[in-house]
Amino acid sequence: MSTPSVTPVLQVRDLSVVFPPRRSAPAMRAVDGVSFDIAPGETLGLVGESGSGKTTTGRAILQLQRSSGGSVQLLGRELTTMARGDVRRMRRHMQFVLQNPYSSLNPRMTVGRILTEPLQVHASVPKAEMAERVAQLLRFVGMDPDVVQRYPHAFSGGQRQRIVIARALAVNPDFVVCDEPVSALDVRTQAQIVALLRDLQQQLGLSYLFIAHDLAMVRHVAHRVAVMFSGQLVELGNTVQVFDDPRHPYTQALLDAVPIPDPARQRAKLAAPAPELEFQRGAAPVGPCCFGEDHAHTGTPPWHWLAVGHGVSCRFQALAA
Amino acid sequence: MAEAASPLLQVRGLSAQFTTAGRVSQVVNGISFDVAAGEAVGFVGESGSGKSVTARAVMRLAPEGSSVALGGSVLYDGQELLQLPEAAMRDIRGRRIAMVFQDPMSSLNPVMTVGAQIDDIVRRHTGLSRQQARQRSIELLDLVGIRDAARRVDDHPHQFSGGMRQRVLIAIAVSCEPQLLIADEPTTALDVTVQAQILRLLMRLRQDLGMALMLISHDFGVIAGMVERVHVMLEGDIVEDGPIDEIFARPQHAYTRALLDAVPRLVPVGGAA
Repeated sequence: MSTPSVTPVLQVRDLSVVFPPRRSAPAMRAVDGVSFDIAPGETLGLVGESGSGKTTTGRAILQLQRSSGGSVQLLGRELTTMARGDVRRMRRHMQFVLQNPYSSLNPRMTVGRILTEPLQVHASVPKAEMAERVAQLLRFVGMDPDVVQRYPHAFSGGQRQRIVIARALAVNPDFVVCDEPVSALDVRTQAQIVALLRDLQQQLGLSYLFIAHDLAMVRHVAHRVAVMFSGQLVELGNTVQVFDDPRHPYTQALLDAVPIPDPARQRAKLAAPAPELEFQRGAAPVGPCCFGEDHAHTGTPPWHWLAVGHGVSCRFQALAA
Repeated sequence: MAEAASPLLQVRGLSAQFTTAGRVSQVVNGISFDVAAGEAVGFVGESGSGKSVTARAVMRLAPEGSSVALGGSVLYDGQELLQLPEAAMRDIRGRRIAMVFQDPMSSLNPVMTVGAQIDDIVRRHTGLSRQQARQRSIELLDLVGIRDAARRVDDHPHQFSGGMRQRVLIAIAVSCEPQLLIADEPTTALDVTVQAQILRLLMRLRQDLGMALMLISHDFGVIAGMVERVHVMLEGDIVEDGPIDEIFARPQHAYTRALLDAVPRLVPVGGAA
C-alpha cells in the first residue's frame, strides 16, 4: 500500500479470514482485505474494538489461523502457501507476546526450562552456550539471571510478562506480534513493560505489530497506526497523522472516547452531548463515494490516500444514533 | 463541603481481614472516609490495594470462597451497618445502596430474560404487582438508553452486547432509586467507545436521581471527569485524598504522582486538545 524506501520485514496484502458458517451463525469475514507493511525496527499499532478482527489478523500473519485469501510475506518469503515444516522453521523469525501472562507460561516448568525450550526447538544455540543465552535473555528483560530455578507462580504479572518477552526473544526474531501485551497489568507496570519493549526494539532492531484497544498506549509505542473496524482497515497512517488529524469518522469516534486525564476537560467532555455514532459495515459503495469516486466504475479499491502514507477508507457511513 | 450536615456514609477505622483456606490476610487497615448525599467519590489504586474490598465492605459482601472479618464503623444514614442483622442488611442492599461490578456477563443470570431479572429486584423491594413491575422494567431499560426497550425486555443476556449488559446491570442497580451507587471498575471490560457511553450514563443518572456515587477504578482517566473527590489507596491504606482537581494539579504523595505519571496520554502533556 504505502511505499517505504526500505524493504519491509512484513508485507501483508489483501489478507482475508473467513470463519465457516456454524449451526446458528452464517459465515463471517473476520478479516477482509487487509493490507499493510512493517519496516525493520518499526512498530505498527493495530487498534479497534473487540470483534474488529485485530487478533485474528495477528494470528493469520503468524500462520496460527488459516487465511482465506491474500498474501503474507515475511522477509520476502510468502507464508500463506508455504509447507508446514518451512513455516515452522520461519517461526524463529516471528514470535508473539499475548495478553495474559498468567496463562501463557507453563506453571510446571522453571523459568530456565521455559527459556531453553525455544532454543532447543530451533537449535539456534549450541548446547554448551544455552545457559549463558538464558542468562542473557533474562538480563535483556531486566531480570536477575538467578531466577532460572523458580516457577512462574513466584512472579508478579509484570515479571511474568517479562519472562514471556524473554521467551519470544530467545530465537532472535525479526518480528513480534504483541497482542494486548499490557492490558492485564496495572498502569505503572504497563508503563514499565512498554518502556522495555521500546528498549529492546532499539537494541535489537525488532519490528512489532502492536495490537491494542488502548489508543493512548498505542500513541506511545507505535510509529504508524492502522485502525480496524469490522474486519477492514478504515485508516492507516503515521502516528501523528492518525492521532492529530484523524480523517475517518470511526477513528474520530474512537479517539473522542478516550478519557482525558485532566478533570476539567474530561468533565466538560462528559457533559457535552454524546456523539453516539453507530457505524454500519459498508458494502462496496454504489455510485460516487464520499470522495466523489465511483469505484464500481474505476475498478479501484474504496481507499484514498490523503497524504504520503496516510490513507482512509470511504466505506462505512456513520449513522447518527 | 459543609460540615454541618452529617454525611450519607461515614466510614471510620474500617478494617477487613480475609480468611481464605485457613490463611489470614489484612487487606484494609482501618481507613476513614465520608460520602455526602449526592456526592461522587473516587477510589484509585492498583490491584491488591484494597479498593474493591472497601467497596464490598460497605455492603458487607465478601468475595466468594472467603470469609471476611470487618472492623471499625460504617455509618449509613445514621445506621451502623456493621452491627445490623443480616435480614436488615439485605433490605439496605439493592434498595438503599446498590452496586455495579466489572464483569457484566457473570453478574446476570443467563437463563432468565433481562426483564425477569429486573422485575425480581423491583418486586422484592417494592410492593409493585407483576404487571406494574414489568412496566417499571421497561421504563428502566429506557432510562439506561436501551432502544426499543418494550421488545428487548424479553431478551436473554446473551442477546445483548457487553455494553448493553452493563446498561442492564445499571438499570437493576438504580431500579429502587438507591441513595448510593457503588461502581467497581464498571467500564474496565468494555471498549473505549462503550466506556464513554457508560460514564455519560452514570453521570446523567446521578443528576436525575440525585444519587451519591462511589467509583472504584485503577485508571485516573476514568475517575477524572466523574468525581468531586478522590481517595488513593495503597496496600490497604488511603495514602492521599482530596478534591479531584487538587490531586491532579498538586499530588502530594509519591505514589499518587507515580500513578498519575503512568496514565498514558493521548495528547502529549502541554499539547493542544
